Amino acid sequence: MSSTILNIDGIQTHFFTEAGVVQAVDGISFTLKRGESLGLVGESGSGKTVTALSVLRIVPIPGKIVAGKIEFNGEDLLKKKENDMRKLRGGDIAIIFQDPSSSLNPVYTVETQLSDVIRAHQDLREQDLKEKAIELLKLVGLPDPEARMQEYPHQFSGGMKQRVAIARALACEPKLLFADEPTTNLDVTIQAQVLRLLNDLKGRLGMSLVMITHDMGIVAELTARTVVLYAGRVCEIARTPDLFVAPKHPYTAALLAAVPRLDMRKTLRVIPGNIPNLIEPPTGCRFHPRCEYATDACKEEQPVLEQVGPEHFVACYRWREIELKGERVSRE
Amino acid sequence: MSETLIKVQNLRKWFPVYSRGVLLKKEVGVVHAVDNISFEIVKGETFGLVGESGCGKTTAARLILNLIDPTAGKVFFQGQNVYDKFKSGSSEEKLRFRRKMQLIFQNPYGSLDPRMTVFDIISEPFIIHKHVPRKDWKDRVYKLLSLVGLEEYHAERYPHEFSGGQRQRICIARALAVEPEFLIADEPVSSLDVSIRAQILNLLGDLQKTMGLTYLYISHDLSSVRQISHRVAVMYLGEIVELANTDELFDKPIHPYTHALIQAVPIPDPATKRMKLILPGEVPSPINPPKGCRFRPRCPYAKECKREDAPKLMDVGGGHLVACHIIRYS
Repeated sequence: MSSTILNIDGIQTHFFTEAGVVQAVDGISFTLKRGESLGLVGESGSGKTVTALSVLRIVPIPGKIVAGKIEFNGEDLLKKKENDMRKLRGGDIAIIFQDPSSSLNPVYTVETQLSDVIRAHQDLREQDLKEKAIELLKLVGLPDPEARMQEYPHQFSGGMKQRVAIARALACEPKLLFADEPTTNLDVTIQAQVLRLLNDLKGRLGMSLVMITHDMGIVAELTARTVVLYAGRVCEIARTPDLFVAPKHPYTAALLAAVPRLDMRKTLRVIPGNIPNLIEPPTGCRFHPRCEYATDACKEEQPVLEQVGPEHFVACYRWREIELKGERVSRE
Repeated sequence: MSETLIKVQNLRKWFPVYSRGVLLKKEVGVVHAVDNISFEIVKGETFGLVGESGCGKTTAARLILNLIDPTAGKVFFQGQNVYDKFKSGSSEEKLRFRRKMQLIFQNPYGSLDPRMTVFDIISEPFIIHKHVPRKDWKDRVYKLLSLVGLEEYHAERYPHEFSGGQRQRICIARALAVEPEFLIADEPVSSLDVSIRAQILNLLGDLQKTMGLTYLYISHDLSSVRQISHRVAVMYLGEIVELANTDELFDKPIHPYTHALIQAVPIPDPATKRMKLILPGEVPSPINPPKGCRFRPRCPYAKECKREDAPKLMDVGGGHLVACHIIRYS
């Protein structure tokens, strides 16, 4: 069995809107190892969610995967028939969405929603289904699961809804789990609970986890490797500690310098300008209009990902010349 | 000696909850949104108010501006009672008072009228307060735009043509149009992208330096509160549980809730390995909150605490206030 579970190679997912073609994902490549937790970071419009939707092939209309290859367990997902994809979704590949209030169905009880997923993938008797649902809810730490699974999503708090959504995603013991900003809508103390739960479950079930987030703190605490996206393209891929200590892409460094830290006060460095419009993205390197190191070459052609160290890749023409500062190692 | 600009005294807001029904509405409970909070804001400082959703921080802001009436308590602005002014003052007096305090909202998509140009938005306060003669409007609007980092040509555009960060700049320009002394910023960066947040936080800091503004900065994001505030109050279920200078609060928190809140925030530095105190359970409902100490059901030290009564906010030295029976110095 190969050690790579997911191999994404140059995928392009475009949205064909009336205003023009939105190049939401434009040549993103990365791999994921078995049992690894990978962070996918970027701001809104960087293509992180669309990447996950592309792997599951649930890109909403008018979006289309126009190029690239997605290999899961050695099989090309883009060549699979829709029926075979359906078996994978919720089976071997699962996803947790940002907002549990809209990803759970309000008119079915929690039990129904859990057993529907299990029934779609496994042949179980009704009694076993019920037991499995209870077991799942226990796994995610929902108190009093027998009684509460008869309730509807609106009877749950935000944190509890997200636990139900996690239970549903884990129903068929997926090999690969996408968590798309799973804690953005939750309060910090509840976020800490959910992140710890995800981390525990990942270890216990031996899943591979892709953590999609804009929060550099979550990346630092939860992932082993990080892919930084900007405007639909990969800027940098590195082991998480390397990324924070020695970023090689100006965008990564700028993003780190722009985030306030709880454990110290620092001067916030500002990234000038705004996130580009993806109908007419900037030519060349998409970050060049906001980059302090940009030269004429950066405007011409998109730099390709180059290896700059062990498991460290960067797409920047000037990584050799420029000296970037990472996050200072903390005081402890 | 620093001058106190805002003084909040035993402020309380209870919202009654009614049972459903058209004719026979019955009061079935009371939401204790803000319950007996007191603090002072010194001129020129940024006072941070943090807490999780539903803790009453936005209600506190609306009470200070008298956008809603309090159930009990007083607010003083430069020694004058805000509620008396708004109740019995002449309309001119009320307007003069309004000019001194302004509010920036969380969502710059909802707080700008989509049918008005930026010029109309920023000059609208001039119509109401009549403090700028018509012939100076243009100059004043351009000045405000450059103050918040926008260009003159932006004045003729509509809000939908701007990004979230730029819209928040427009909101700030509009708030500054009346030359206020006190600004309440209610989660001003929460709906913005990370790279844009720093722009707005720095802008707020610069404006404070150049114009001597006083801020009440409300947020659930502790990192940004640490970045911008001089003093911070932590709220839990309508009450202030701890209040201290920013560095003191974040480096030497005393209340177990503050501890947990701080430790719950992920630090963007993989080299930091911290012991995490993760609170069990959730914030209880503010309708019929727990008796005595409201934090008790989630408190890790509840077993050691024998007291049944509610703890009072006490000074443990140097203006560091804590409401906890088992005060721990760590």
